[in-house]
Amino acid sequence: MEYAINVRGLTKRFGKKVAVNNVDIAVPEGEVWGFLGPNGSGKTTTIRMLCGLLSADAGEGTCLGYDFRTQSEAIKRETGYMTQKFSFWEDLSIRENLEFVARVYGLPKKRQLVDDTLEKLGLVSRQRQLAGELSGGWKQRMALAACMLHSPRLLLLDEPTAGVDPKARRDFWDEIHKLSSQGITVLVSTHYMDEAERCDQIVFISYGDKVAQGPVLKIIEQSGLITFTLEGDRARALADELRGKPGVEFVAFFGAMLHVSGYNRALLEATLAPYRGDPSLKISETHPSLEDVFIQLQDRATRGAA
Amino acid sequence: MNGYRFTLHRFFAVLIKEMIQMRRDRMTLGLLIGIPVMQLFIFGYAINMVPRHLATVVSVADPGPFSNSIVAALNNSSYFDIVKATNSPAEARRMLARGDASFAIEIPANFSRDLIRGAKPNLLVEADATDPAAGSYAIAAIPNLAVTALRDDLVGPLAPLAAKPAAFNVAVHNLYNPENITQYNIVPGLLGVILTLTMVLATAIALTRERERGTYENLLAMPTRPVEIMVGKITPNIFVGAFQAMLILLLARFVFHVPFIGSLGLLAATSALFITALLGVGYTISTVARNQMQAMQMTFFFLLPSIMLSGFIFPFRGMPGWAQVIGEVLPITHFLRIVRGILLKGNGTFEVWPDIWPMILFLFAAGTVAITRFRRTLD
Ligand SMILES: Nc1ncnc2c1ncn2[C@@H]1O[C@H](COP(=O)(O)OP(=O)(O)OP(=O)(O)O)[C@@H](O)[C@H]1O
Ligand SMILES: [Mg+2]
Repeated sequence: MEYAINVRGLTKRFGKKVAVNNVDIAVPEGEVWGFLGPNGSGKTTTIRMLCGLLSADAGEGTCLGYDFRTQSEAIKRETGYMTQKFSFWEDLSIRENLEFVARVYGLPKKRQLVDDTLEKLGLVSRQRQLAGELSGGWKQRMALAACMLHSPRLLLLDEPTAGVDPKARRDFWDEIHKLSSQGITVLVSTHYMDEAERCDQIVFISYGDKVAQGPVLKIIEQSGLITFTLEGDRARALADELRGKPGVEFVAFFGAMLHVSGYNRALLEATLAPYRGDPSLKISETHPSLEDVFIQLQDRATRGAA
Repeated sequence: MNGYRFTLHRFFAVLIKEMIQMRRDRMTLGLLIGIPVMQLFIFGYAINMVPRHLATVVSVADPGPFSNSIVAALNNSSYFDIVKATNSPAEARRMLARGDASFAIEIPANFSRDLIRGAKPNLLVEADATDPAAGSYAIAAIPNLAVTALRDDLVGPLAPLAAKPAAFNVAVHNLYNPENITQYNIVPGLLGVILTLTMVLATAIALTRERERGTYENLLAMPTRPVEIMVGKITPNIFVGAFQAMLILLLARFVFHVPFIGSLGLLAATSALFITALLGVGYTISTVARNQMQAMQMTFFFLLPSIMLSGFIFPFRGMPGWAQVIGEVLPITHFLRIVRGILLKGNGTFEVWPDIWPMILFLFAAGTVAITRFRRTLD
């Protein structure tokens, strides 16, 4: 199998603080991988190291077949990197920003390309508007279009859909899957579970350590979590009562429902037994969702760090 | 190292971006034009190294034709303006202390009598020397003034008392600026100072602005190389500098009537070299400074010696050795000599060459530092 990203032992320190610790990532060509982890876990730092924006303190491997530590020039030419914070020029118009990118990469038929991109974005009528005047969601969409302008083989997207409305988010993911079917590799960091579920595999990091990796279903399976839902008028009120009871690892709200999760079925059943008699409560076992697993991983890492 | 290879399309990408941003930034553009004009008028009109019409108080304890002649002579010379005549030396002192007068000239009692007796009476001149430079020209003029003032009075039997002319003549020719007009010195010097301020500052914030706004990450994520970014960002400033230089020279010629004796072509060529050297400094600052505030402070750190140690305000040869050494390193020192040389003396390439190569050396040093200091990552 050819790997678009294949790095081992990736490590980055800021002073004494280890931001990324000995992380291995191997993304096969043409796959879409999700990059998850709580705030400050090291996602942005990892992505920056992959495209040569930060020098790694340790680690070796390749990006698109180039040594990521010494050949970042070549990697940059074939990679599209979308920064977490909007980093296009706010005092340039939308069109001028796109034209700048086209010039930097020396793209042929620049004018046509920019026209087409604007068309696809639906920004033709606002192309003369300064990028700084766009709303947050539109900035994201412009940035995404700009970093795909040079048809890269690898896309590194750092929270590309933060602040983007649901319809645009859906369109974005349809586009991602289309690109992936054309052989483009995507590594995308996100905090949205539904987006993570659309990825071939996810990498979960916490405090700089990789704590889980694999397809969503496998990660859920491997977590060993057992989850019950409590439905009913009283369900939400029970959250505090259940927290800390034997067998209950954590309790989370899902809309009007309550998810109660743990590892020990017997203990969990025993804890929930007294509530079974309540006719206004509907208790049933369910598959844990990715969010349950996410919370569990985060919980465990926090406890480990404490 | 392919990191130093230069690609035209990427250079143009940066250049066009910079020009659009410059055009949009009206405030900065206005300052770049406003600063030279303002400074030129302030410095050009306000600074006078040969101050005249200095307030003077005379205390005359011995009225008479001799003292009248002396007071009239002082008043007629353009150096002194007699603001008060008193007979109390104490009051003259007080005026000096209060700053109402810069000079107190005392004609003591029995001045005429002692003069006629040949007892060589003293003419006492007290000067407010808190600013030594202010009065030096005027003080130097007094002895001669007094001697000539009395020449017409000391005739007939008094003739032997008149000062004898020296046995030889001292012929002083103030070459290149015979009337000691300060503007002729200051205005060409301002060309160097203004360019130093605006060019270094405009370039110093070039990269720091990108860093502050977060666009630097994007610029680095694209395959743009340090040289392309640097040259692309510097080029528009060269044009701004050329425009400023033209503006200043036009004002110098037609408002301050500074003589333009030498070759304008040579002046243009050396100015271009000077501007490029300054941009090298600015760019170095911009690779080091973390934010625009730091860039500003470093610019002023460079500007201060450029004003003080270059011979712009104080005579270069009058400075202590170590200060002259620092001055010799600064490009402005050499540029000032070149500009004044070309404009006032009509110097040609041969005469200005000794000041050209130090600037070239400086440019290479600054350029090398800028390129090597350029951080190609965010750490
Ligand atoms: N330039 C820097 N200097 C010092 N510390 C840094 C720097 N950049 C990041 N860090 C630290 O490294 C850790 C990882 O940060 P990073 O930005 O990679 O997290 P993240 O996973 O992207 O978080 P988020 O989801 O909030 O974007 C954080 O603790 C952060 O404070
Ligand atoms: Mg981040």
